[in-house]
Amino acid sequence: MNIHEYQAKQVLKGYGAPVADGVPILSADHIDKAVDSLPGPVWVVKSQIHAGGRGKGKFKELGADAKGGVRVSFSAEEAKANAHEMFGNTLVTKQTDPNEDAPLTERTGKQVNRLYIEDGADIERELYCSILVNRETGKVAFVASTEGGMDIEAVAEETPDKIHTIDVDHSKGVTDAIVEKLIAAFKLEDAAAEDAKSLFPTLYKAFTETDMSLLEVNPLIVMTDGQLRVLDAKVSFDNNAEFRQQDLQDLRDLTEEDEKEIEASKYDLSYVALDGDIGCMVNGAGLAMSTMDIIKLYGAEPANFLDVGGGATTEKVTAAFKIITADPKVKGILVNIFGGIMRCDTIAEGVVAAVKDVGLKVPLVVRLEGTKVEEGKKILNESDVDVTAADDLDDAAQKIVRAVKG
Amino acid sequence: MSILIDKNTKVIVQGLTGKTGTFHTEQALAYHGTQMVAGTHPKKGGTQWQGANGETLPIFASVGEAKEATGANASVIYVPPPGAAAAIEEAIDAEIPLIVAITEGVPVLDMVRVKEKLDKSKSRLIGPNCPGVLTPDECKIGIMPGSIFKRGSVGVLSRSGTLTYEAVFQTTNVGLGQTTAVGIGGDPVKGTEFIDVLEMFLADDATQSIIMIGEIGGSAEEDAAQFLADEAKKGRSKPTVGFVAGRTAPPGRTMGHAGAVISGGKGGAEDKIEAMKAANIRVSDSPAKLGETLMDLLNS
Repeated sequence: MNIHEYQAKQVLKGYGAPVADGVPILSADHIDKAVDSLPGPVWVVKSQIHAGGRGKGKFKELGADAKGGVRVSFSAEEAKANAHEMFGNTLVTKQTDPNEDAPLTERTGKQVNRLYIEDGADIERELYCSILVNRETGKVAFVASTEGGMDIEAVAEETPDKIHTIDVDHSKGVTDAIVEKLIAAFKLEDAAAEDAKSLFPTLYKAFTETDMSLLEVNPLIVMTDGQLRVLDAKVSFDNNAEFRQQDLQDLRDLTEEDEKEIEASKYDLSYVALDGDIGCMVNGAGLAMSTMDIIKLYGAEPANFLDVGGGATTEKVTAAFKIITADPKVKGILVNIFGGIMRCDTIAEGVVAAVKDVGLKVPLVVRLEGTKVEEGKKILNESDVDVTAADDLDDAAQKIVRAVKG
Repeated sequence: MSILIDKNTKVIVQGLTGKTGTFHTEQALAYHGTQMVAGTHPKKGGTQWQGANGETLPIFASVGEAKEATGANASVIYVPPPGAAAAIEEAIDAEIPLIVAITEGVPVLDMVRVKEKLDKSKSRLIGPNCPGVLTPDECKIGIMPGSIFKRGSVGVLSRSGTLTYEAVFQTTNVGLGQTTAVGIGGDPVKGTEFIDVLEMFLADDATQSIIMIGEIGGSAEEDAAQFLADEAKKGRSKPTVGFVAGRTAPPGRTMGHAGAVISGGKGGAEDKIEAMKAANIRVSDSPAKLGETLMDLLNS
């Protein structure tokens, strides 16, 4: 689960991390009051969407010459004008749509329904600091770089020696030795080095206690008075830990999520919306990814990733099938099942029930293999559903691509 | 021969009294008499578990007691996510040599904690979020469908459950069969990586070829390819077919498995495929052609 910058800062502030004073705005009516509640002399108006690259992003409605999604303002009036101009418009960034060569009006953006207005800071240096799980070592790690405020992927590509990865032993936590390593990696001195002794253990505590999967502070700044401050923060939480982090669920912003993905999550289905026109229903994440890959291999594009999981019931399969058929982009459906725990007859019953409810207007190719395969095939054959059967995954992919492409 | 498990493996079930544990224990008992010897439950020690066909197993209050009483040398875990890490830790404390965690959805920070303990222990952990391990005609630990297996010569290892089944089914259909199939699991932090299993397959005389199935996320496939290339220079190599799922996955999105995500420009399929090819692994571009590709490689 991803959250907004202002929410991430609230979480971090709760643990005692230094963040600027700021006010979130969820309605345009609250803009003026929010700006007036901050002392100035500098106000920063920041678009709150779940995507990076906001500063360099452009608003679709305002054109390419207008200012971006993060605006520094030097009077209350200017801050208010900026906020009113930004609120409700569609922000396009390289993360909402990587096709930067396309005309702005044709690119996909995200509507800015929330703003965050924050006190400006006097920045001396910008640093990059993140905490994540280092898959190679199986430990939580800090990633530190003096090249803050930039695209860290580009830094990693061009100057990998400027990125330091520092592992933390779970049983020891952030020791003095680790703080020293971070201070050296960031080249911190005096007041900043003193601040570091509390900031890094604080960030680690927030990360581990709230089951974050990523905490990215970019930039972490050294201010002109020598103190450290979290200037931007991006947080993702581990979905697997939802059962013990119920409080954090209030931070979920459903308007940032795809409607089909929200519907799928109600049924505990693993679903990712994509741009193609062949809907897929598969059991197992690896097989589901491979099904997408093989559709592409034969020249078409998948409309989604969908793993119905191992223990799916008929109801769950029915729900999954309905989510796929409700997508207007879908021009054909491929069901690919290799039953292990998942029984082919359950899949067949679910498909038949869904078609009975909502009909079927596009070609359907079904490949069944494994547990209860004969029973599954029989259920489909004896139903009224217009199914094209396939022998294996290759055959299935070719048949659905042919049916859609003609 | 085989790796990890054989007909002498004695298995305890942690989480036997639940629905999933019960179903798969019945299946395991029915699979060539896999030696499922006991179950554990902290509050039901001293009782008996009964399967749908009248099978019974004793329930012990702890893994330690169960091991003491039965001489078990493996444990399989079906405990739901909130208690799964503690179950693994209990098995580590009881010095169970092989622990197989099937549970999907274990918080990654729990696994960070488990991993540190595991590294200092005598146990090997397979998983979590995996289909388990199966040696044909001898022993089935986990949830793989036994009917598609055939005793033979291919070592199968995979991060994905259903793609393991594809590889097994296809090697059965082309007549090669398997020595052992190992699903290492789809989580970012897990007990056993590709390299560990590849080392076992290289050392196992009965394993004459290998199918290795990776997916996007992390760099375990690149590490494994480098390992095979290094071993080949020492004269240790076996014909190997590779596959990587997720060529079309968009960056930044987690594709079902918690570990299957391209992030920070890392973990994409193409890099993994290139690394495999550079290590002389024959990469199949279709998951439907794993058996066929292996036959081609063996006949070339």
